Amino acid sequence: MSFVNFKGGIHPPDTKEATKNKPISLAKVPSRLIVPLVQHIGAPCKVAVTVGQVLKKGEVIGTAGGFVSAPVHSPVSGKITGLGEVPHPAGMMVPALFIENDFAETWIELHGAPDWSQLSREDLIGRVHDAGIVGMGGAAFPAHVKLSPSHGFKIDTLIINGVECEPFLTADHRLMLEKSGEIVEGAKLIMKALGVPRCIVGIESNKPDAVAAMRKACGNNPSIAVHSLKVKYPQGAEKMLIKALTGREVPLRGLPMAVGVVVQNVATAAAVYNAVRFGTPLIERVVTVTGDAIKEPKNLLARVGTKVGDLIDECGGFSREPGKIIMGGPMMGFALPSMDIPITKGTSGIIALSKQSLLHSEEFGPCIRCGRCIDVCPMGLVPSMLGVLSEKGFYEEAKAYRVHDCFECGSCTYVCPAKRPIVQFVKLTKSLVKP
Amino acid sequence: MMDTAATASPLLVSVSPHIKDRETTARIIWTVNAALAPAAVMGAFYFGPRAVLSMVLCIATAVLCEYLFQKLLKKKITIQDGSAFLTGLLLAFNLPPAVPFYVPVLGAIVAILLTKQLFGGLGFNIFNPALMGRVFLVITFPKLLTIWSAPTAAFTALDAHTCATPLNILKMDGMGKLLESFGSASTMYFQLLIGHRGGCIGETCIAALLAGALFLLYKKYITWHIPVAYLGTAALIAWIFGGKGMLFSGDPLLHLLSGGIILGSFFMATDYVTSPSSRAGRLLFGAGCGFLTMLIRLKGGYPEGVMFSILIMNCFAPLIDRGFRPRLFGSVKGTKK
Repeated sequence: MSFVNFKGGIHPPDTKEATKNKPISLAKVPSRLIVPLVQHIGAPCKVAVTVGQVLKKGEVIGTAGGFVSAPVHSPVSGKITGLGEVPHPAGMMVPALFIENDFAETWIELHGAPDWSQLSREDLIGRVHDAGIVGMGGAAFPAHVKLSPSHGFKIDTLIINGVECEPFLTADHRLMLEKSGEIVEGAKLIMKALGVPRCIVGIESNKPDAVAAMRKACGNNPSIAVHSLKVKYPQGAEKMLIKALTGREVPLRGLPMAVGVVVQNVATAAAVYNAVRFGTPLIERVVTVTGDAIKEPKNLLARVGTKVGDLIDECGGFSREPGKIIMGGPMMGFALPSMDIPITKGTSGIIALSKQSLLHSEEFGPCIRCGRCIDVCPMGLVPSMLGVLSEKGFYEEAKAYRVHDCFECGSCTYVCPAKRPIVQFVKLTKSLVKP
Repeated sequence: MMDTAATASPLLVSVSPHIKDRETTARIIWTVNAALAPAAVMGAFYFGPRAVLSMVLCIATAVLCEYLFQKLLKKKITIQDGSAFLTGLLLAFNLPPAVPFYVPVLGAIVAILLTKQLFGGLGFNIFNPALMGRVFLVITFPKLLTIWSAPTAAFTALDAHTCATPLNILKMDGMGKLLESFGSASTMYFQLLIGHRGGCIGETCIAALLAGALFLLYKKYITWHIPVAYLGTAALIAWIFGGKGMLFSGDPLLHLLSGGIILGSFFMATDYVTSPSSRAGRLLFGAGCGFLTMLIRLKGGYPEGVMFSILIMNCFAPLIDRGFRPRLFGSVKGTKK
């Protein structure tokens, strides 16, 4: 089958061999957890507990700070030992609760809905909200917001994103193999919540086993189609995926809703299913721990609030001296300054790269105007100009070159032969000039 | 096994992406140098030690000039990226085989110092450095730059015989005389293809140049847009207006095989720095080069127009880039770019 393609993109080595055949294993639950109150895009949570308070597993510890926000739940039963700050991967400090685990795993009373087909749309969306579900592909946008389209938008298609185009990561791949039933049920739930007649699951063709597993789980449901997509980064970016699967282009600065589409990640769909069916809040997720500095790379089902260092220890520690530790994928993830940072609802992977493998030095050369970045930019921007203008301090001019339309996929920087840090220039410009 | 607590050295924190392609500026430029090697070998074969000396002088002066300039201004030394070497080599390719030693030296100084470094070094020059070097020499030493040695003369006599270039004969004496000088049409095309004719050191052997050009296209170091638009436009104009008295009676093949148009279209008009970055822009740029080349060849005072046409189009590269921005994803007609 052929699909409308998106322009540009790159083909980095996928580096998924180390973990793609490793079943998801349970990570040891640590005795101390650090749960950030900002785990999503939007308003920070309000603290709902006091220091010293005894908690049950799944208890709300932070309530949503606004419509575009999501509550945070305790990943374990135990006691709040402190309220402090932790570094957020993106650089700033965010408030966080410190929890001591009593290892009793005492759940709060859960209100599942065995027969969810009887639930109203509002009830479904409410349950998704209460479970604190956010987009688990990395951006961590509160899921219930996407399920409540603004007036005037008519949604006709749900897209379930199983592309996982970032190199190294296999968390979604494994989930599609092992929990395909939950994903499909979650997709049906979301379809009901949105009131849409059709759903398309998009998976890159380098995961034929996941395509097969998902097709099997769908059975002969005519309203859900599983499509195998060309392997190309950033195929999993929302706008590119919508273009490839439906031929529709999300307008500049617009939302997918504007073209009648809502996109949810496969892990989010599974989380929605568990939230509605069993009433379980989002307190754990699959994290791929890999990289050439990791002794035994694994796909771990880990509790939110587990420190990165604990997960690395779970994988046998380091085999080589690490030079860089990345939270998320290597193309858009964040380099961590410390291993004491906890994982959050949006953490899809921890990648430890050895000192030797870091081929890039901090030095970069002048732009030679080769045009490679222009060829690969999926947004149709001129990254070379964005880099040069920002480097010379012409921020307003960079704005005229549509710097705010860049979503920082990193394709330009990946291909640049002069090793220019174009994404860094873009981020700098965006922080200095308002759109 | 290393414990996570045992990592003493700090972790590198930098902005994404954290993986990068292996391609580097230096690798690209050295590959272009390598792609020119067959033509250099053929230049040495046809035009002998004098040609080799010119190439050595051009390259040595260009590299030394860049080194000294950067050393003096306490800038980062960039001679290892191969671009000064390439400028030197291309300048030599554009010189007649037998010029006094000071000609390549002066040309290389103008190319590197005036055209490249004073504009800010690699990436910032407006004009192709090698061609600026040559244009300086053409204006300064008009006589020396039009003495053409006959090919393989170096092997038969100590003092090179001189001969006219095919384009010169075409301009001065017409097609009949040109055919006469080669014997027959098929011999002419063949001799032009293998480079057995008078001309600049690196421009004559079309076969060697095309081999290098195909390699660069295969490696995706150049795209087809500029050469195809350049040669296509030139061939079309040569066919329509190149004949004597009558339209559509010109010989496009002769125009493509002679002069420096193959060297220029594949190796100089495609210089990243001085040509447009977008594909649509490259088509326009190439067409402009082709048009100007043929305008000079057919109507101008010079028999050859490659050098001036590329330099003139260099001026327009930034403007073309402005006009040919890619379509923004999600933009509808009328969206302000």
